Amino acid sequence: MRFGVVRFPGSCDVVDAVRAAGRVGEAEELWHADADLHDVDAVIVPGGFSYGDYLRVGAIARFAPVMAEVERFARHGGLVLGICNGFQVLCEAGMLSGALLPNTSLRFVCRQVELEVVNPRTPWTNACEPGERLSIPAKHTTGRFWAPDPVLDELEANGQVVLRYAPGHNFNGSARDIAGVSNAAGNVLGLMPHPEHAVDPLTGSADGLKLLLSAARVPAA
Amino acid sequence: MRHRELGLSDAEYELIVEKLGREPNGVELAVFSLMWSEHCGYKHSRRLLRTLPTEGPRMILGPGENAGAVAVGERLACAFKVESHNHPSAVEPFQGAATGVGGILRDVFAIGARPVAILDSLRFGEVADSPRSRYLLEHAVAGIGHYGNSIGVATVGGEIYFEGPYEQNCLVNAMCVGLIDRDKLIRSAAAGVGNVLVLFGARTGRDGIGGASVLASAELGEGDAAKRPSVQIGDPFEEKKLLECSLELLDRELLVALQDLGAAGLTSSSSEMAAKGDVGVDIDVRRVPLREAHMEPFEVMISESQERMLCVVAPERLDAVLAVCAKWEVNATAIGEVTATRRLRVFDGDELVGDLPVTALVAECPAYDLEPQPPATPLYPAPPARLNGAAGAGDTLLELVASANLASRRWAFEQYDWLVGSRTVRRPEQADAAVLVLEDEDGTAIALSIDGNGRRVAADPYRGAVEAVLECSANLACVGAEPLGLTNCLNFGNPEKPHIAWQLTRAVAGLGDACRALGVPVVGGNVSLYNEGGEGPIYPTPVVGMVGELPDAERSGALGFAREGDAVAVVAAASWAPSPAASELAKLRGEPIEGPLPIAELGELRALHAAVRRGVRSGALRSAHDVAEGGLAVALAECCIAGGLGARVDLSGLEPFAEGPGAFVVSAPPESLAAFGAVARIIGEVGGDALEIAGEEPVSVHHLARAHADGLPALLG
Amino acid sequence: MTRVRVLIRPKAGILDPQGQAVERALPALGFDGVANVHVGRLVELDVDDPGRVPDMCEQLLANPLIEDFEIERPEADRPHQDPGPEALRR
Repeated sequence: MRFGVVRFPGSCDVVDAVRAAGRVGEAEELWHADADLHDVDAVIVPGGFSYGDYLRVGAIARFAPVMAEVERFARHGGLVLGICNGFQVLCEAGMLSGALLPNTSLRFVCRQVELEVVNPRTPWTNACEPGERLSIPAKHTTGRFWAPDPVLDELEANGQVVLRYAPGHNFNGSARDIAGVSNAAGNVLGLMPHPEHAVDPLTGSADGLKLLLSAARVPAA
Repeated sequence: MRHRELGLSDAEYELIVEKLGREPNGVELAVFSLMWSEHCGYKHSRRLLRTLPTEGPRMILGPGENAGAVAVGERLACAFKVESHNHPSAVEPFQGAATGVGGILRDVFAIGARPVAILDSLRFGEVADSPRSRYLLEHAVAGIGHYGNSIGVATVGGEIYFEGPYEQNCLVNAMCVGLIDRDKLIRSAAAGVGNVLVLFGARTGRDGIGGASVLASAELGEGDAAKRPSVQIGDPFEEKKLLECSLELLDRELLVALQDLGAAGLTSSSSEMAAKGDVGVDIDVRRVPLREAHMEPFEVMISESQERMLCVVAPERLDAVLAVCAKWEVNATAIGEVTATRRLRVFDGDELVGDLPVTALVAECPAYDLEPQPPATPLYPAPPARLNGAAGAGDTLLELVASANLASRRWAFEQYDWLVGSRTVRRPEQADAAVLVLEDEDGTAIALSIDGNGRRVAADPYRGAVEAVLECSANLACVGAEPLGLTNCLNFGNPEKPHIAWQLTRAVAGLGDACRALGVPVVGGNVSLYNEGGEGPIYPTPVVGMVGELPDAERSGALGFAREGDAVAVVAAASWAPSPAASELAKLRGEPIEGPLPIAELGELRALHAAVRRGVRSGALRSAHDVAEGGLAVALAECCIAGGLGARVDLSGLEPFAEGPGAFVVSAPPESLAAFGAVARIIGEVGGDALEIAGEEPVSVHHLARAHADGLPALLG
Repeated sequence: MTRVRVLIRPKAGILDPQGQAVERALPALGFDGVANVHVGRLVELDVDDPGRVPDMCEQLLANPLIEDFEIERPEADRPHQDPGPEALRR
């Protein structure tokens, strides 16, 4: 299983994602300016402050040459995981519904949170049980997930709400406590918390590894 | 006279004329005013700093380079340094603190080390009383978070103190720690006549013009709002690109030398590079990429625009260097060359507009002897009383843990990313020091702490400074780490005043003696003087940052009680003799700041720290926490809060709130404590849901935790 | 080249905590009688073809899901004004 982790100017958690994915398969970096996915089996768009969060979070990164390839890869069923800034980029690119807005507190918050697995039948969550709790850290200023109510209703009806913040753990004000959503086909997942920072009990919890293990179990397309 | 406006004395001006052999022109005078400012020239501190020990078995790089470094693990060097950005933060706290972080990051990657951690030591006036101090705190913390988080370096520790004397002069000290393979460290000495000087990074504007000389070397007074345009604006995204670009240039061995641009910008970087290499440099200001139109040559030379580096490149490597910069979207321009003249020559196109001997700017900058005199009268007012004097121990304890200096700092550290890099084994509030595991080093980890208590140094400058070093070492011992090296930032008032000179002299003596006794060398540091306003000087505040090593990250110590039934013990030196002097309780009672502080038997404390370290490493101790501010009762409360478990203890013969170095609160299975012998005095056991001190009303852990968690947010409103 | 200004503001109905924070802060400074504060962004640009600016907004400058935008062309929409003596003081 080969993971490709995109690096934009300003991405921060690239090496973390590469090392985390390296625990379940092989992982390499994908340079933003190259429209080339190196034939990987799954793409991770990582956390950070791509392009300094200029204009709007993720607004500029979505036009990077590599992203056209990521969009095409996703359209053909390729596995894509957007973490934090990556989630923001995927929303800007229209690969996921909704948008990420400033936290209601207007402050950056770094905190270990608990998530509930709402849909364990996606390629990124099939190693989880329904309702399972995952302890994963989140760290962001702009993580309040929002979409118009009809869109939220549709996401819920289609099983596209994949992860929710457990009661009391939604510190950013996300609508309906939504922490992670997928596209209709389920191969693209975006979430604000950082599973790549929850892969080793030495540095926290290892619950994030389950998302990567899930993807590694999916047969290559 | 113009030189006086730029902060130079008449005597200094005459010395300049003598060294030049003529009057300096405008460019030359501006260059001298920066290089001979207190901030760049260390005029009042250089001689004192030479008394500090700088040798040690793990030393790799000592004072004088952009950062110092010690050997860690099998093949790594750990680079670190602390720096102040006090005056800019008082004027514009968000950008002042942000660019303080930016500056210290650059110092670390200028020697080729990848920054992996930031710690910050902050001091403000009493936020309970002062909207201005609340404003400064909120914006400084936001600025540190903004810069550190954006650039992707974990902020893993720090300290915040609130004391009246910092009201007009806040302190923002930022420490950065980085890692590099030992054989890859790069130095800053320019070399190779004919080699090219390349400036890369952000464009040059008018940021901080005159900042170093005008702001850092003068007391803040009226009209400081007018100084606002002088403050540098930081761009962490630009610095992230600059960092990756610099590290790739070094990795590919394309550079002869590298230096970051900090205080006094191009002027200090080029002079220092030339001085270290005993060469000269020619710079053409017209080739410097500018952000603003019509900048004068002197402005280009002294601009403090952020996120810029200067390197020396062999001509045949220039294209490769420019290509790497282009890849990272970093502007790079050849702006000059290394010469054999030993002079700094500034050109504007073909016209020579400044011609200065390098030694005059650097090595021959005047150094002044201090004229210390102990103060005849108290320098600082007694703090306002905030405590009900008749309250019992339980109520006193609740007020202490909720007080500004002791309450949880979660409000602040949740604004920082302490995860990025995947190395953080001990997060803020989990242990007394931050612990970061090293990659590919078999579980070896580094431990980091930054400490200093200005109020205690005010009470007793010598022993207060000794305590700062001991506090760091004790914090490292609590996680199982052995100290390897120390960096310090000396924050003091006006050294030309004899009582401040006395504080500085005594504090440096204490620092030196403590370092020598513990066998910890000083790898470098920073000095910030003239921290005084109309209301008087700050508390003398030597801030110490320490790096230590532990062999097994899995065995890092933690401070919370962990298991019901564990014995609770005080592990203390025989000489431990805490007193109320300058304690947190004395402060809340409104008592005057008075010494002396308790004596510290340094040899005994060194052995004590080693014993605690061994106990943590072996796994014998389940938890370890040093007894510091607030005394024993507060330390016990902190262990209960962190572990979520109560304890039943008997403190007969022990003062609950007295302070002084030399004791730890530990918990362990009773049989494990046997190895400590008489040094460990069992005072009770972990259990229940309250801290029960014999003879006092129990205080529930829930109440303690609430008071602790709510303390700072309640003060900030 | 025409100078164009694009004003971008959060869509009505979406929580705007920045606007709320400002609305709370103003009375604390003595400014009463303030309501309905919203905080957005200004993008200024010189363009050859102002007709293309709406597309620029849709594709990059604003996110139409969460933001509304308004395009101003100060020189085209208003007759030339004498800046007056005030301008000399700036």
